[in-house]
Amino acid sequence: MKFSEQWLREWVSPQLATQALADQITMAGLEVDAVEPVAALFSGVVVAEVVEKVQHPDADKLSVCQVRDGDGELVQVVCGAPNVAVGQKVPFARVGAVLPGDFKIKKAKLRGQASQGMICSASELGLEEETSPGILELPAGAPVGEDFRAWLGLDDHTIEVDLTPNRGDCLSLKGMAREVGVLNRLPVQGPSVAVVSATHDETFPVRVEDPERCPRYIGRLIKGVDVSAETPLWMVERLRRSGIRAIDPVVDVTNYVMLELGQPLHAFDRANLQGAVIVRLAREGERLVLLDGQEVTLAADTLVIADERGPLAIAGVMGGEHSGVNAGTRDIFLESAFFAPLAVAGQARNYGLHTDASHRFERGVDPALAREAAERATALLLEIVGGEPGPLVVVASQAHLPGEREVRLRAARLEQALDKALPGDEVTEILERLGMAVSLDAEGWTVRAPSWRFDIAIEEDLIEEVARIHGYNRLPVRRPKARLALRPDHEARTPLARLRRQMVARGYQEAVTYSFVAPELQKALLPEAVSPVLANPISADLSVMRASLFPGLVRALTHNLNRQQTRVRLFETGLVFRGELDELQQLPMLGALVCGSREPEGWAAGRDRVDFFDLKGDLESLLAMGGEPEAWRFEPAEHPALHPGQCARILHRGEEAGWIGALHPAVRAELGLKVEALLFEVRLDALTHGRVPSFMPLSRFPEVRRDLAFLVDETLPVQALLDTLRGQAGEWLTECRLFDVYQGQGVPEGRKSVALGLTWQHPSRTLNDEEINELVDAIVTESRQHLGAELRG
Amino acid sequence: MDHLPTLVTEARQAIQAAETISALEELRVRYLGKKGEITAQLKGLGKLPAAERPAAGERINQAKQALAEELEGRRSALAKAELEARLASERIDVTLPGRGQPSGGLHPVTRTMERIEGLFTRIGYDVEVGPEIEDDYHNFEALNIPAHHPARGMADTFYFDATRLLRTHTSPVQVRTMKQGQLPIRIVCPGRVYRSDSDLTHTPMFHQVEGLLVDQDVSFADLKGTIEDFLHAFFERDDLSVRFRPSYFPFTEPSAEVDIQCVMCAGDGCRVCSHSGWLEVMGCGMVHPEVFRHSGIDSERYTGFAFGMGVERLAMLRYGVNDLRMFFDNDLRFLRQFA
Repeated sequence: MKFSEQWLREWVSPQLATQALADQITMAGLEVDAVEPVAALFSGVVVAEVVEKVQHPDADKLSVCQVRDGDGELVQVVCGAPNVAVGQKVPFARVGAVLPGDFKIKKAKLRGQASQGMICSASELGLEEETSPGILELPAGAPVGEDFRAWLGLDDHTIEVDLTPNRGDCLSLKGMAREVGVLNRLPVQGPSVAVVSATHDETFPVRVEDPERCPRYIGRLIKGVDVSAETPLWMVERLRRSGIRAIDPVVDVTNYVMLELGQPLHAFDRANLQGAVIVRLAREGERLVLLDGQEVTLAADTLVIADERGPLAIAGVMGGEHSGVNAGTRDIFLESAFFAPLAVAGQARNYGLHTDASHRFERGVDPALAREAAERATALLLEIVGGEPGPLVVVASQAHLPGEREVRLRAARLEQALDKALPGDEVTEILERLGMAVSLDAEGWTVRAPSWRFDIAIEEDLIEEVARIHGYNRLPVRRPKARLALRPDHEARTPLARLRRQMVARGYQEAVTYSFVAPELQKALLPEAVSPVLANPISADLSVMRASLFPGLVRALTHNLNRQQTRVRLFETGLVFRGELDELQQLPMLGALVCGSREPEGWAAGRDRVDFFDLKGDLESLLAMGGEPEAWRFEPAEHPALHPGQCARILHRGEEAGWIGALHPAVRAELGLKVEALLFEVRLDALTHGRVPSFMPLSRFPEVRRDLAFLVDETLPVQALLDTLRGQAGEWLTECRLFDVYQGQGVPEGRKSVALGLTWQHPSRTLNDEEINELVDAIVTESRQHLGAELRG
Repeated sequence: MDHLPTLVTEARQAIQAAETISALEELRVRYLGKKGEITAQLKGLGKLPAAERPAAGERINQAKQALAEELEGRRSALAKAELEARLASERIDVTLPGRGQPSGGLHPVTRTMERIEGLFTRIGYDVEVGPEIEDDYHNFEALNIPAHHPARGMADTFYFDATRLLRTHTSPVQVRTMKQGQLPIRIVCPGRVYRSDSDLTHTPMFHQVEGLLVDQDVSFADLKGTIEDFLHAFFERDDLSVRFRPSYFPFTEPSAEVDIQCVMCAGDGCRVCSHSGWLEVMGCGMVHPEVFRHSGIDSERYTGFAFGMGVERLAMLRYGVNDLRMFFDNDLRFLRQFA
């Protein structure tokens, strides 16, 4: 809601400077977004009259004018505007004037002709943003010689208030003035609205078929209007200062009254109405061309204004093109109606519209206002476009009009809510100032809310009003009291914060990437992934929910590579979204990406690139945090984003919990990534799963260690050998160290040597050689039989 | 016997001239060993007349003692020199940087969110999280925002279909917690939220921490106290001015927006606060009875407050970040500043 400060002050004018007034409004809950001067700074501009105009002898597009500026002699000015004409009243910048942008007007010669001043356009005076094609024509009655700024009241401000949806009652000067009056304990005085006497008794029939949605409809026929009349400058200015462009006098008047009183109005061309005005629901599929030129197909829940041929307007939203007032209009039918908020709510949005009318009706227009607004608009129309008013046609359904709302406010509840016992007199006074009818009893107040306050329905609404007017910042402050109760602490769970810190300790920076990604990127990495797609994405690049943390991490990598950051170590935690909406999984994951050298460039570090085992080591450091590293396994597997020979499925207790591997070279090529990168992601529920430590007594007996080297097929995963070995090594095996994997001289082609150090220890006695030898024999035999492993000599 | 002094002089010179521990050892053997020259002298005592033996024996023993001391003195001098030489050869430049993986850092959003969570959990709030793809009921209906409510226009929502959407706030987590019905409730709900808005000061995804306290006799004063305490603690400034401005949220009443004195200009007015001296940092209010009704909580018996804040906004003010979009570029040069 934008309005002019001067206009407001005609209704109510507290002794407050502009900024103080804005602050007061803000602190009452009507947040002032901006206070701006209505015109740029200028001086030395007066109202003048063009007395003579001749063609410039040496320039086709210039004319030489004689201007009377009220200072005795005529002044000669060279003017380039096409619309300058003799007899016009114009804003005239005298020599010495300073126009916006510190533009000083001096004596000049234009193509040999003296020019002493400048006739100004609206944009030259900062009254319009766009460059105006011609000079600003003032009304014939403008007083010559008067300071233009003072005459038009340009030392004014536009105050823009960002109203919350509950305060539809403030979407007018009347509403804002009411509020300012309450805050300053001042009476509010609007323009007097007299009943216009009909000069003929012709009416146009109105039929309301849906009184629930339209409890009141008022119409009036005004015959013989002159739509070619000009909207007076004062009205154009007030509209402009409220952010509304003047269009034609009829529309301007309806807009003006909407701003002034808060009642949206609509004017139809009588010539285009057939039979009767009918307020009804649309029939599915009916079509209507709206004022803005777009054709819409109406839905059956849309309330329309129709005639006997079909829909003319979407009720409370926008009129139709064909039924509106146009240059040939002679008779107008003026509509002033109350549409129920729920009848209009959502309708505008369904058609991709948002209008001043729908904005107000959705929030609630004062149901008692329609008649007053119709009278006010009629009076203004008669002033400007003339015409003969007919009687008002009023169709109202008392049963459907909002009833009087009685709301109870208990003194005890108020005191509890605010932790303060406000004096009863103050509460009564606040409620009364707000326009409520108040009755008092021993326990509290019963109020009847005014018709314009749609937001007052329950006790809390009144508590809020009392608190708001009393002042939030004058209310007490205390700290909540609570019983100290310990909550359970699940020690077995590794907190996410610890996992994050482990990643940080291993040299990773945490990333936060968008949860929606580009479909092409996700497809390149996870061609088979199914994840929800946004119906209204902000851009195609951010339109599908991530099914993995990989796309975001890869995108962050690209961003950094493009900025000469060649060593990248990133991790992220967050949800990934898998499956169609109906069987959607929203899984918390932890993912990481590495690229570049193992260590930062330095005097001590080699230039080795980070590899699979670096990343796996970082991951294993996370897996160990739960205290159950044995619950985790890696198995060779294939993933579309990952190198088939450098990729593992991560299993937690036998279930898939994530993936690790090098980015597939073909995928890299598709994404234009020139460098290798490695990634992993793991489900957080598995990562945070752990156990509470359980003590094992320390053995006082000696350990026995045996080193075994096996020759196995080079494709055999070492994990298979370890599993076989653990299966045979007995319960006293305490450690199994894999200390060498070797291929090359001394090892047959196609085989590899795997060397293991096994340690046994018995809790309560010394182990003897024989029993260890038996275990070793069993390991060797089993490995040979199942894995073709030979013990090296 | 006369050459004993000569022998001692010779030996002393040899000892002092020795340059290594092994050369010293050789000299020890040569003079004091079983077949050494001093030992030979002792053995020769028997050839002397008995009356001279004691005196001669004593002289020889003194000479032996003196040489032993000479040897030890020289040995320790040599050992010391050897250690010094070794230490000198082992000198390193301790100003060279250390080896290994330097540590990384948390994202400023996480850092800020953890701080906020910490402030509340330390006084007894629990952390609750929930799904990000939500349904219309939990994101709107249960929060007293029915379909077509004008407040739906306050947050531009990302939809998947008619009823499923990306949550526009973390309030659905509050709804889910209240529905569990375990009172009193003291929770904070951190997480990602989404609004279809993208410009200099909006990103389509950002983070919120919302809080909820429901108990008997909770008042607006409790809300004010909690918010003031929080802001003072977060900015580590007990003198930070905080003001409450009436506002509207469908799920709270009374509702307020919270402004703090601008932390950039101390309230004098600057670009960051649009020259007002105040910064809007949070929204809050008393839980609306309709919200309680949806969750089956008796609003006559229980009252509560809720608040919500944008994490990026607070991080920007706390760390002086001037461009919201940087939080999601994941530029390492940005991220490293918050390690």
